[in-house]
Amino acid sequence: MCLAMPMKINKIDGSSAECEAGGLTQNIRIDFIKDPKPGDYVMVHAGFAIERMTEEEALENMELLEELKNAL
Amino acid sequence: MLYDRWFKNPEDVPLILEKIRKYSDRTGPIRLMEVCGTHTMSIARSGIRSILPENVQLLSGPGCPVCVTPANMIDMVLDLSQQPGVLITSYGDLLRVPGSKHGDSLLSRRALGGKVESVYSPMDAVRIAEERPDTEVIFLGVGFETTAPGTAACIQEAVVRNVENFSILSLLKRTEPAIRSLIEADDFAVDGFLCPGHVAAVTGANGFRFLPEDYRLPGVVAGFEPADLLYSILALTEMIASGRPDLKNEYTRLVRSGGNPAALALIDQVFEAAPSDWRGLGLIENSGYAIRKQYEKWDAAKKYALRPSEPKDIPGCRCAQIIRGVMRPAQCPLFKTACTPDNPVGPCMVSGEGACAAAYQYGE
Amino acid sequence: MDEKITLDYGSGGLKTSELIESILLPAFKNDALSRLGDGAVLPGSDKLVFSTDSFVVSPWRFPGGDIGKLSVCGTVNDVCMAGGAPKYLSLSFIIEEGFSFQDFRDIVSSVAEEARACDVSIVTGDTKVVDAGKGDGIYINTAGIGFQRADLPGKESIRPGDAVLVSGTIGCHGAAVMMARSGMLAENSPLRSDCAPLHEISAAALNAAGPDIRVLRDPTRGGIATTLNEFTEGMPFSIELGESVLPVDPAVEAACDMLGLDPLYCACEGRMLIICSPGSADQILAAVRAVPGGENAARIGTVTEDMPGKVLLRTPIGGRRILAKLTGIQLPRIC
Repeated sequence: MCLAMPMKINKIDGSSAECEAGGLTQNIRIDFIKDPKPGDYVMVHAGFAIERMTEEEALENMELLEELKNAL
Repeated sequence: MLYDRWFKNPEDVPLILEKIRKYSDRTGPIRLMEVCGTHTMSIARSGIRSILPENVQLLSGPGCPVCVTPANMIDMVLDLSQQPGVLITSYGDLLRVPGSKHGDSLLSRRALGGKVESVYSPMDAVRIAEERPDTEVIFLGVGFETTAPGTAACIQEAVVRNVENFSILSLLKRTEPAIRSLIEADDFAVDGFLCPGHVAAVTGANGFRFLPEDYRLPGVVAGFEPADLLYSILALTEMIASGRPDLKNEYTRLVRSGGNPAALALIDQVFEAAPSDWRGLGLIENSGYAIRKQYEKWDAAKKYALRPSEPKDIPGCRCAQIIRGVMRPAQCPLFKTACTPDNPVGPCMVSGEGACAAAYQYGE
Repeated sequence: MDEKITLDYGSGGLKTSELIESILLPAFKNDALSRLGDGAVLPGSDKLVFSTDSFVVSPWRFPGGDIGKLSVCGTVNDVCMAGGAPKYLSLSFIIEEGFSFQDFRDIVSSVAEEARACDVSIVTGDTKVVDAGKGDGIYINTAGIGFQRADLPGKESIRPGDAVLVSGTIGCHGAAVMMARSGMLAENSPLRSDCAPLHEISAAALNAAGPDIRVLRDPTRGGIATTLNEFTEGMPFSIELGESVLPVDPAVEAACDMLGLDPLYCACEGRMLIICSPGSADQILAAVRAVPGGENAARIGTVTEDMPGKVLLRTPIGGRRILAKLTGIQLPRIC
């Protein structure tokens, strides 16, 4: 369950935002994203952003996996 | 952006596989279960089964919402679609799920004149209701914790905009009670869980702590790219080999330990836990989301006094056993003979995320 | 108010003549058609290639084209894939009562424009109007005749070791139409159908290494996965594709991620699969890439013999999976 994809917020209009991925834009609801800002990444499922994502955290995630590989 | 190429195209795959092999040589044959249809699809599409050591077997659990919705609920929806003035809206794959009668689905009812439309988001269904005030628009809300907050937001939107010709039939389910029920069954034989990353984005990684704490089973909250799958399987095999079950979060770029509080609050405002019927698992306490009384005007179950008929099994279909991981698709007598994606008998053959459809499409 | 096409326009009477003379003849002007006979009399004595196709795409106007353009390209491409140089087309409309005149004019002019671009003449045709509710706006059938350019030996001549090439990015048409149908395409979206004629690209490939080409095919419904299965089915060879060398446009990838689709199963309407001898692959690729629209041509796989009858995909992590034919219809999924 739960097909989702990361998209980037372009513009915010109330509880909706124009989000972009691969050059495609969609109107996405951001009802439960705290303090969304243009430029933020969000994970989108069924027309709703379910959580925010950042480049720093993606990089940390990558490093975490590298560490895991070296530790095990 | 977000280093997605790295996660799609992980480096050092042979090294990771070698490490998985090192641990699985020590564990002997192990069975890892995912409980998310998107994991079923990612695993099938990555071809990961073909490169894992023989000792590591990947199983699909009750993770496809379309598949775990029992036939009598589908029958009920099919009856509803015949009511005059009613338009049924839902996600694409639910439209093809047969009820207890072979070939009887929302899609086939549409061919016979039933009003059925697929939507991408439940918000689309609210919009359709506003555009067509003479039509009663019913949205079939299937899904798990990931989908629940959006569905809740739609009900609140319908309240705010006073859209009275809109209602939702909540077939939403909660993951934890179902996994517990699976584990507590007599024939349970799984050594570790790949926990659903997008469910955990809402509930928090801690929502799966019960696996090691209550059952001494290892779990890894996993993302959906090939790197996520490989590293999660490595972490699981290591925990099984060392005999130190724990819960690890591999998907830290999305999943926080406490989840998304705003989404959880929204679920809580609109829904309450209720018993729910699962194909293969039966009735499980607290495993469904019912719409709270204050929103009953938008609750299709109340609005149309809906009651599922007696539970019925589909003759010959083994989806119930396949969902519990005690049988593989190829062991079902109907697989690839009477039951194919073009002409599905059971729900696991319908959705691309169903275990049988994935096994058919991508080979086992 | 926008004028609508009524049943009278398909009656065969005055209104039908009006439609033909005011819209169709001026658009397609040529001697064979102007005679308005029951059929066209055409010159020629070479071996002929003949093909037909019907077009029912919904919505009829989609990003990157419309049903008019598609109805020319579709048949032109089928003639090209059979080794022909397309020359003449027939054109038949089935119009639902109430269809807008202006939309019909737009479709006719895009047929005319595309026919000119492909250097084919519309030499005969028909128009019918059906009751409201009995059609989805407009349907078109075209048939095409071309002169044989090359005698392609067909799938029986395919040998292990042969190369599998594609003339451009995959899945654009299917993804664009699905997104348009779901109402999910914004204005100015970069996602467009690849709808285009293949007469120049196929001629370039045949000129570069005709005798080394086993088979040409345009992967329409069911995408390249389904089309390649048509080659391998019942044959003593398999085809293995490399996922990391597949040309996929980022917009198509994003659309497929959104809708839960697979680009390998999304239709192309302006792409060509080529199976050729291994030694000729580079030469053919260079020739195709030199033609506008062929810039992204790539070698995507190899004919193998380890799983006869199957099409396989080698994934970026080194896994391998079977690509079966498309089953059922592709529906957007979310769960």
